[in-house]
Amino acid sequence: MLNKRLIVCLDVRNKKVTKGIKFKGNVDIGDPVDMACQYVNDGVDELVFYDITASAEKRPIDLDMVRDVAKNVFIPFSVGGGIRNVEDMRDVLLAGAEKVSVNSLAVRDPQIINQGAVLFGKQCIVLGMDAQKVEKSDAFPSGYQVVIHGGRTETEKDALAWAQEAEQRGAGEICLNSIDADGMKSGYDLELTQLISSGVQIPVIASGGAGESSHLVDVLSQTHAEAALVASMVHYGTHTCSSIKEDLNKAEIPVRMDW
Amino acid sequence: MITVIDYGAGNLRSVCLALESIDIPWKISSEPDEILSADRVIFPGVGAAASAVKVLKEKGLEQSIKQFIDSGKPFLGICLGTQIIFDYSEEDQGTECLGLIPGKVIHFEFPEDEKKSVPHMGWNQVNFTKKHPIFEDIEDAANFYFVHSYYPCPDDESMEMATTNYGSIDFTCAITKDNLVATQFHPEKSGRHGLQLLENFSTWDGTYNA
Repeated sequence: MLNKRLIVCLDVRNKKVTKGIKFKGNVDIGDPVDMACQYVNDGVDELVFYDITASAEKRPIDLDMVRDVAKNVFIPFSVGGGIRNVEDMRDVLLAGAEKVSVNSLAVRDPQIINQGAVLFGKQCIVLGMDAQKVEKSDAFPSGYQVVIHGGRTETEKDALAWAQEAEQRGAGEICLNSIDADGMKSGYDLELTQLISSGVQIPVIASGGAGESSHLVDVLSQTHAEAALVASMVHYGTHTCSSIKEDLNKAEIPVRMDW
Repeated sequence: MITVIDYGAGNLRSVCLALESIDIPWKISSEPDEILSADRVIFPGVGAAASAVKVLKEKGLEQSIKQFIDSGKPFLGICLGTQIIFDYSEEDQGTECLGLIPGKVIHFEFPEDEKKSVPHMGWNQVNFTKKHPIFEDIEDAANFYFVHSYYPCPDDESMEMATTNYGSIDFTCAITKDNLVATQFHPEKSGRHGLQLLENFSTWDGTYNA
């Protein structure tokens, strides 16, 4: 049986892992490669690295970091932030990443999904999507709006419609982040996660809001999400990957226990 | 020395770095002569079947892969590298592949009432149906990492050496034929089990008696 995945997200700024609340007030918490290795040894199933300032600083992703991670980590990892075109995608994949994530770029230029999927295969292309709850309307029939630039810019896209469009265009996976829940540690947005994960055929990663193991149990048992992403829960040492997986295992969520 | 075939299809670096981490010498080659004279070969790959087959033919690698396998030296296919040694893949509106293993590669199709994502992406159990030297020191039903939308169906069931279950589908996830082994999962991304498999491959003499 396919296991549900525990994914740790490392936001990287100036070669340091950083964590903010609602994308603001970031503090540095460690070296990306050291932290990645520690999580791998503790049973994480996959890692995500976001170069959070590459986009704003209009520079390419830190490929040295990607190469460094690839040298030390033998589980899948994806990289996002600052992807500008298919050449950037190629660089990141050749540096050793399994997947590349596009978010704001895909909203601006949806063709990038098609191009990436054709060149590198669908499974390499992750759509990163930040969504926030809005009043249901003709413009936002699902009641969720896509936002970009880390939540600072609203778009005209409805979250469900955008997820389905991205799937059609060739995205292999969606990493779905709730702007409302992010950093609040009060649980994933179950309604949003179920809306998107039942509306597409590709895997959906739930992101934003994890503070307790029970939050992962909820999202992995009550929605079709195949993976749950955590950050501060493990970065600050209140939880470990292995303790979360033991809790998931106890709750009869299928997880990989033989790392 | 393991020679890793370069035909422009993705994750070469991941395979080489995994070998490096367990001190196995490797080199990358896209030269037919070099591949023919290699001691052992890994044929990796991610991406789409049609473009991969096209590149292999253009580079003259199709023949050298076939001749290498005929030589009896150890050969390991991974993911797309496994799929395109079959006769045919449903990918890209149907692709004629290298025809080294009789059978085809088909798309995951689930009944409407079964909500299963495609691609099949993540860690899943590999159930051994044969005891093979490349599985040594790996427990049965160990988890390996998969990411694929198509899966192999060998015509000859005796080639199957492991299966994986995904929803209502049980598929062949590893095959063997003489000196050839091929996996649908990615050993280079499967943590310690995957590294063990690569290490086993590096010392395997290419013989196998079922």
